[in-house]
Amino acid sequence: MSETADQIFVIMQRWLVGHAPAGLQSTFSSLLSVIAILAAFASLFAVTTVLERKGLGRIQNRYGPNRVGPFGFLQPIADGIKSLTKEDVVPQAADKAVHFIAPVVLVLAAFSLYAVLPIGRNMVLANLDAGVLFFFAVGSVMELTIFMAGWSSHNKYSLLGAMRAIAQMISYEVPLILASVTVIMAAGSLSTVAIVEKQGGYTGILPHWFVFTPWGFAGFGLFMIAATAESNRSPFDLPEGESEIIAGYYIEYSGFKFALFFLGEYLGMFAISGLGITLFLGGWAAPFSFLTWIPSYLWFFAKLLAMIVVFIWIRGTLPRLRMDQLMSFAWKFMLPMALLNLVTAGVWRFSPQGALRWLVCGLLVVVPYLLLGRGMMQGWKLEKRIYRFAE
Amino acid sequence: MLGEGIAQGLMETARNFFGSYFSKDRLTTVQYPEEVRPPAEAARNFPFLIYDGDRREDWQAGMRCVACQICEKECPPKCIYIEKSKDKKPDALGKPQFYPAVFNIDISVCMSCQICVEVCPFEAIKMDTEFELSTDNRFGGLLWDKERLAKSNAYYGEIHPTEAAAVDALLAEERAKVEAKAKAAAAAKAGPSSPNPASTGASSTQ
Repeated sequence: MSETADQIFVIMQRWLVGHAPAGLQSTFSSLLSVIAILAAFASLFAVTTVLERKGLGRIQNRYGPNRVGPFGFLQPIADGIKSLTKEDVVPQAADKAVHFIAPVVLVLAAFSLYAVLPIGRNMVLANLDAGVLFFFAVGSVMELTIFMAGWSSHNKYSLLGAMRAIAQMISYEVPLILASVTVIMAAGSLSTVAIVEKQGGYTGILPHWFVFTPWGFAGFGLFMIAATAESNRSPFDLPEGESEIIAGYYIEYSGFKFALFFLGEYLGMFAISGLGITLFLGGWAAPFSFLTWIPSYLWFFAKLLAMIVVFIWIRGTLPRLRMDQLMSFAWKFMLPMALLNLVTAGVWRFSPQGALRWLVCGLLVVVPYLLLGRGMMQGWKLEKRIYRFAE
Repeated sequence: MLGEGIAQGLMETARNFFGSYFSKDRLTTVQYPEEVRPPAEAARNFPFLIYDGDRREDWQAGMRCVACQICEKECPPKCIYIEKSKDKKPDALGKPQFYPAVFNIDISVCMSCQICVEVCPFEAIKMDTEFELSTDNRFGGLLWDKERLAKSNAYYGEIHPTEAAAVDALLAEERAKVEAKAKAAAAAKAGPSSPNPASTGASSTQ
């Protein structure tokens, strides 16, 4: 019974594909998966916008949206209608073609990321041998579209935003990939499906997720920090920087093109959270051995929602970084930590199991963290600011 | 240690998040159309004309305005338009006075400066606190005639209690003086030789 529930979508797809003519079956099968991914993640986007606004509201002791539908949960429909009916303004000096293509390519790239994410057991659109590589390659297209948007708008602020975005995303791509490399080392494969399988199995009731190893824990932390920066979310939302450069690279976008940017940004965030889940949190596997009867896709989405909650929580807590803080954090803290983490993962891989391995690898993570953290905090003077000219 | 402050901040926001579900005091939002907070006593937006008397039918008879047109002249954005009547009717003190045949305020022009209220010698125009005034007709709907503007003195007492009490006291005093004067005049008519200090006092303050 639980086996059927787990595989219900796979069975349904096979059944539907069986009705198609023989020559078109593989195309039809892919098409069904694509439609499922589009529908699932687009609706997740809609739910997340409401949850985010409500969550941020509660963090700031407000209600958040509560007017449209029960508890405001139909708000995305109202937002969608609004952005569809709004005028689409294109600046006269803009490079019209690139200005139009940028949001479209962003959303296309964001959706392509899901091709390699195993959402459940046997539920992956394309089990590529180089799945993780594909993910990062397509992910860098998103950076390109952001620069396209900033450049084609022919606006000072959008260009500033785009340049910030490029600087930030390239800087944080390095620790992001280095943190993922540890997992690839441990799993011995670039295929996302193989990585999830490698984390299967339980000791007692506890799973063999990579996050429960010293290098995996550090890698997950680094990965999530870099992922926040990659998806341009607070505290790394310098490319948007409402208070400094108004809306950054999408300042000249209105109506549905703006909505597409919004969608692309959230889809990118979900995708990179999904990759984090796949690499470190056991993908669709249940967190305890006695919970394996719950369908695998539900576990994937539960983990994804938990990640989204953390993203929202962080956004509601931390203020935006300054450009030099952003850069020094990436190059002086994240990069050395990620490089050392590679060594830790190697030590872990080639040393015999036991308490000593835990001790050595734990120290290899904690000591550099403390030392680098002390280095980062040098020169910080946290004191009451004295205003000379105001007041 | 690096990250300590972040952890503290996260705890703080978590406390706010959960706290807002448990303690209603945290939420400062007033859910406007359902919940309305009473306006502050000094609140004001657009002027209205006061009439004396409790019944709505009295609005024309009891209107304090005597069409002196001072407010029309003083109004900085010129949003008041008054036409003086040809005939006279007794005012609040019983004296025959002109009354406004037309009294219009264009509230789309009014800037709520309260100068009309300050210059009015008859306590006839006061500031209202009503603010739900949206209309689908921006010309007719925002040009208010005297019937729309007329509101009772009791209503004034409701929205600005302190101010209204002071105005009522002042008017009562004046009314008492006029009555005393009338009485004195009647007494003088009865006995023209007798001296009357009250009437001289009243006339000097008029």
